[in-house]
Amino acid sequence: MNFDDYRKYIFVFIITSVIFFTAFAISNYSDKKRIQNIQSIEDKIALDLLSSETQFNLLKELSCKAIDNSVLSQELNSIAEKLTYAEENLGVTNPEVIRLKKYYSVLQVKDYLLMKQVDQKCKQKLIFILYFYSNKGDCADCKKEGYVLTDLREEYPELRVYSFDYNLDFPIIKTLQAVFKLKNTLPAIIIGLPATTGTAQAGDETHYGFKSREEIENLMPILVKLKAAREKAQNTATSTATTTQKKK
Amino acid sequence: MIEVSQIIPYIFLFAALYFQIFLLLTFFENREMIGKRVSRTSTHYPSVAVLVPCYNEEKTVAGTVESLFSLDYPKDKLHIVIIDDGSTDSTFEVMKTFEYHPQVTLLQKENGGKYTALNLGLSLTNTELVGCLDADSFVASNALIEIVKCFDDATIMAVMPAIKIWNPKTVLERMQKAEYDMGIFVRKMFGIMNTIQVTPGAFSLFRKRVFDELGGFKEAHNTEDMEIALRMQSNHYRIENAHMAHVYTVAPNTIRALYNQRIRWTYGFLKNVLDYRFMLFNKKYGHLGILTLPFAIASIIGAVYMAGFVVINFANYMLEKIVKFQTVGFQWDGIGVDWFFLNTQSLPILIIFTLVTTLLILVNGKKLSGGTMKPSRDILYFLLLYGLMAPMWLTKALYNSALSKKSSWK
Repeated sequence: MNFDDYRKYIFVFIITSVIFFTAFAISNYSDKKRIQNIQSIEDKIALDLLSSETQFNLLKELSCKAIDNSVLSQELNSIAEKLTYAEENLGVTNPEVIRLKKYYSVLQVKDYLLMKQVDQKCKQKLIFILYFYSNKGDCADCKKEGYVLTDLREEYPELRVYSFDYNLDFPIIKTLQAVFKLKNTLPAIIIGLPATTGTAQAGDETHYGFKSREEIENLMPILVKLKAAREKAQNTATSTATTTQKKK
Repeated sequence: MIEVSQIIPYIFLFAALYFQIFLLLTFFENREMIGKRVSRTSTHYPSVAVLVPCYNEEKTVAGTVESLFSLDYPKDKLHIVIIDDGSTDSTFEVMKTFEYHPQVTLLQKENGGKYTALNLGLSLTNTELVGCLDADSFVASNALIEIVKCFDDATIMAVMPAIKIWNPKTVLERMQKAEYDMGIFVRKMFGIMNTIQVTPGAFSLFRKRVFDELGGFKEAHNTEDMEIALRMQSNHYRIENAHMAHVYTVAPNTIRALYNQRIRWTYGFLKNVLDYRFMLFNKKYGHLGILTLPFAIASIIGAVYMAGFVVINFANYMLEKIVKFQTVGFQWDGIGVDWFFLNTQSLPILIIFTLVTTLLILVNGKKLSGGTMKPSRDILYFLLLYGLMAPMWLTKALYNSALSKKSSWK
């Protein structure tokens, strides 16, 4: 072993380290981009909320038709998926992820309160579920419940699912726990049905433990009815379009 | 808090990348010298004896001997000693067809293992150079002269050739072809770094004085070719690689045969390194002690660890999919077009970097073995299958070594 040999060992070490740091830098850069992406969606939601609130304030002067309640649901779904991914890949303890989750929770609560008022004043058919989960490893069924709710949300666009991390150290979560007198038995879901149905209101029905898709559908029969109505409307539209084409 | 289990894959990947970059740097430093065709500096043709030990090789021994007859080398300087190590098939009958050939000596003995057959041949040989050729291998006509060229340098005590797979057809054989091509690259770099740790039975040649001074072959956990190389290295005897000397070997064509062969090799390597452990991290033995031997051990442990890591992660992924299927039925996740969900964690990026350096070694090995740098199906099979198969025999060999459970050589 001579001086050149030692120099080569050090040189290779430097090259390998540079490659390693490049990998970390790429990873870090894409993580930052991800967080920026989530932030931009949140900004959009905040703007949409502000717009809805303004519309709501103008309700006295406007008709209920002017209220657009379809804006947020898709955005909230998208951000939910991305937050879940960020939690898994950046870590649940990542400060940026926690900050995003808090912001997301605020947006959800604001959307929930606003839509509840819209529902009462405009008699719109608003159906929602408040879902409380834990990802501390103490809730074996939370992942399964998440699959069920994602599946239901895709099947029934009318359904709004608001999900909250039960253990998130955030005053809003504590307030929700107090308002709905939640026990630490997770997963927990609170079913909210339209005011027009004259049945249960949010908070009246809190369900603890895993609920399958069928069980939730049974608890919310209006979902199935709405789906049937939607499909019927779609079929009518399709057959009308076909008949018009034939006439041409 | 970062857990130790999270750091370990990074340590292994760093070691793998470090080693591959070391080899590539050695290659780029010596590229011109490697590519140059060297002509002989001497007109002297040393006398050579090639020992061909056979144990149940009735199908291949004739081809092996015929290939030796075709060597481009003065006939009076080349002697062939075929030793039957107590075969139970018709190997000896096939050998007898060469009985009256002036270059050939036939020997027959009771079965005692390859090293005993080689030592019998050695005891009856008095040539300047001695080589061995497994009876399932064939030499190219220029192989001997390319090897002899290296012996023009008086400091070279043994020379190993470039070993290629004979007529690869199946996926398994093609995968091994890429592996052997990569081996040609690695061995060439080891030759330059003076760290060759095996003189394979497929036509490695030694100066006869190596055996006179260090003794004959040993049982050495059924890998006498590794032991003699380590013994030579421990005595600072230089071993060179002649990458232009091509030797072809018949590859195992079933997974079972390949698995058994590799368990024997890995087990033998581990046990021999244990016997020569004083060389590890000992700078008296140069790059061999500091780099290649420790890395070879780390690569076996690392491959097993990484395979376990991948299996556990894959099992968790599948478990999650099963739970999802049981909960909401089958759902096609689709091929995500959103970059957001692309896995850009540092570990997969580093795995890709390591694969790129592996690919660089593979294509350069292919070129060094006489092919082109164009990626081929062999390389694809290697990249797809080797990582799945190798951990199986490495794990078994590690297990056997821990329990000193010897594997058979046939």
